[in-house]
Amino acid sequence: MTVVYGLMAALMFASSAAMPAIAGSEDVVVEDAWARASIGVNRPGAAYMTIRNTGDEAVTLTGIRTDLAMMPDIHQTSTNAEGVSSMAPAGEIEIAPGEAVWLEPGGLHAMLMRLQRPMAEGENFSMTLDFSDGGEITVEVPILGIAARGPEG
Amino acid sequence: MSRRTTLKYAFAGIVAIALTLGVGWWRVDGPGAPEQTGLRPVALSEMEFRLSDHEGNDVGPETLIGRPTMVFFGFTYCPDVCPTTLSDISGWLDDLGEEAEEMNVVFITVDPARDTVEAMAEYVSYFHPLVRGWTGLEEEIARAAQGFRARYERVPTEGGDYTMNHTASVFLFDAEGRFTTMIDYHEPGEFAVPKIRRALNKET
Ligand SMILES: [Cu+2]
Repeated sequence: MTVVYGLMAALMFASSAAMPAIAGSEDVVVEDAWARASIGVNRPGAAYMTIRNTGDEAVTLTGIRTDLAMMPDIHQTSTNAEGVSSMAPAGEIEIAPGEAVWLEPGGLHAMLMRLQRPMAEGENFSMTLDFSDGGEITVEVPILGIAARGPEG
Repeated sequence: MSRRTTLKYAFAGIVAIALTLGVGWWRVDGPGAPEQTGLRPVALSEMEFRLSDHEGNDVGPETLIGRPTMVFFGFTYCPDVCPTTLSDISGWLDDLGEEAEEMNVVFITVDPARDTVEAMAEYVSYFHPLVRGWTGLEEEIARAAQGFRARYERVPTEGGDYTMNHTASVFLFDAEGRFTTMIDYHEPGEFAVPKIRRALNKET
């Protein structure tokens, strides 16, 4: 099981940018990150993970960044009473102390629009989560097969 | 108030009631009624459409009659719902093993503009080998969706692209082509697999 601690991840994978001062978001832990492989670059990709707030202050996820996609955004899939599924930007996501949000199939996903390169099974990419307190966490996301159903494949 | 005025008001009242009822009828049962939702798909034998499977074969509803059938609508540019459903379906087929080998499993695109025969061929190759991908002319996709009572809609997204909202349920038919039941989006395997078994074992 991949457990990537915010601080560690930031130190290991952060780009040249200096780490900003962080308060609540330093207690955020990202677990079970995974993504599906893509066919080429024309179709949007999707990534999933659990974002856990282990601190005692609420944190707000304001956005995501990755050099893999020019337009990454958190989306929410919903299915209405008639069985019609749709997705829409989820906006900012607040995580209460001790709580977690699950990005998982059929719920929230990191939508990776405008892929800059194909997502190849077996490779990784880094994705940075931005929080309202100025903190950021960079996670390494393993790319699984197109038919993967969860972090275990 | 004179008697004549009273009559006038009474008449106006009756007209108003009649109008209200009339508008009500027009909206609920008449030509202004919203398209009915939640309807069951018609039998495959009553559907009419011509499409192409991912190997370029000419196919239609009659192609499916004679074996139990599972049908799902989606599109290959779908990042979340469609790969999830197709991998759920693949998992159910794995669970059913040999039992499912007699089954038609069809993924019909609602986005034929991007989902060519070649695109469908590549896409379905990542899932269970029983899964067939069907595409074709927009009018024919619309006729198919109408038979299955499936809905879809093109929705613009940020940056000038588009996505499709669509019915995400999986439709099940027995070997005679009669609709048996549907599996809701992301329904757990412990409910889905027995439903498929019922379609497989239905006396014909
Ligand atoms: Cu999305």
